[in-house]
Amino acid sequence: MSASPQPREAAVFAGYRRAGDRCGVRNHLLVVPTVICSAVVAERAAAAIERELGRGAAVALPHLSGCGQLGPDMQTTHRTLKAYCRHPNVGAVLVVALGCEQVTARALELEAKRAGKPAAIVAIQQEGGTVRAQAAAITRGLELAREIAGAPRVEIPISKLILGLECGGSDATSGLAANPALGWAADRLIALGGAAVLSETAEILGAEHLLGTRAAQPATAEKLYQIVSRVEDQARALGLDIRGTQPAPGNIAGGLTTIEEKSLGAVAKAGRSSALESALEYADSIPGPGLHFMDTPGFDVESVTGMVAGGAQVVVFTTGLGTPTGNPIAPVIKITGNERTAETMRDNLDLDSSGILSGRETLEEVGRRLLELVAETASGRETATERLGHREVAIFRRNSTI
Amino acid sequence: MSRTIVLSERDNVATALDELATGDAIVHAGRRVVAIQAIPAGHKIALGPIGAGEAVIKYGEPIGRASRAIGAGEHVHVHNVQSERGRGDRRLFEDRAP
Repeated sequence: MSASPQPREAAVFAGYRRAGDRCGVRNHLLVVPTVICSAVVAERAAAAIERELGRGAAVALPHLSGCGQLGPDMQTTHRTLKAYCRHPNVGAVLVVALGCEQVTARALELEAKRAGKPAAIVAIQQEGGTVRAQAAAITRGLELAREIAGAPRVEIPISKLILGLECGGSDATSGLAANPALGWAADRLIALGGAAVLSETAEILGAEHLLGTRAAQPATAEKLYQIVSRVEDQARALGLDIRGTQPAPGNIAGGLTTIEEKSLGAVAKAGRSSALESALEYADSIPGPGLHFMDTPGFDVESVTGMVAGGAQVVVFTTGLGTPTGNPIAPVIKITGNERTAETMRDNLDLDSSGILSGRETLEEVGRRLLELVAETASGRETATERLGHREVAIFRRNSTI
Repeated sequence: MSRTIVLSERDNVATALDELATGDAIVHAGRRVVAIQAIPAGHKIALGPIGAGEAVIKYGEPIGRASRAIGAGEHVHVHNVQSERGRGDRRLFEDRAP
């Protein structure tokens, strides 16, 4: 019997061409509140526009920040919100402001316009309260959403994709099946000219050397080790044992004993062959093709929020125990290696990799299926997170509010 | 036979893919190891004796140290393994030590 032919590999996807050679996989109107005070108005306006124009036509970016922050935390909030306003998955931006906050609406509007997107501002204090601001935001938002609704999907090489690599609700199957399958897909995407970003510093503790030895430049390895030391020093400065959160109780029940064990399984998401090109701060722009590391907390939602801010258009999220969270502007593909979770949480999942452990499928077969699903998702296929309306946002903060 | 997986030749633990009952045997590298207690699916079983303070190895890398002597076939988990990383509690204790 002759060898079966190589399965078809998607080298292109159907996406949106944006200014500056960037490419998007979605075409949302982003309704962004500058501060928590305007988040409710932003959410209601986006929901009204979606009811009118269909799911995903508008998405809000509700967050808890935007006031009372100093120094690095304020900069992180600004950098993250600006990054979402220029993100290629966003077609237009409506800024919903309060009027007296730190994050200036004008700066966000400008960021969107510089990225070639139509943008506008509605301010609650100027409009005269919640009801009038909400009405104005719906009217202005509908205009913007209609303006971008006809944008065509065009053929785009898969090398334009930046894939976010996330894991959450890990159990022993994560490091054995779903993570290595994702690693295979990430290596393959990078070999095709694309990019991938790994995050969650607390979840590479004990495995950082495996990434460091793959650094393309010595300075990148040094930066990576500095980032790791920073997190361990933080635990030391607080006198806290990181075991209070790592591994989480569910991880321990699933068989993961220490953070080292969890980390060794987690870094499998970054594959084996690609060189590490950079080690980035939270929400920094991903500078080019290849594999990158971003310093984020091990808290999944802050991590995904940061990687998407960095430019990831699609996220793959592996889960052993099952976790539902998504993102407002990037489709988040859910994959499990746990047979039972594949059954009990099937509504929340897009791919089952448990065949790797039962021997029904090889790692490479699942990796190929996953990369195919990434291309289909980039071309418009809805993920479980999108279908279920999971659009969680959390912007990383180091310090308390002043 | 219940399925287990050993990820590297250097490993001194195997991961149970199905639950192991007391007395269940696994064979690794020609050696037979009998579970001396139940091992839930996803959990680890010692392939041989691991001395107190010795590294527990999975994926060919240390995942922590044995906090007490572990016998062959014993369940290897938080009750007999300690993490070496992110231990701010330990450093604080050392800093305060005379």
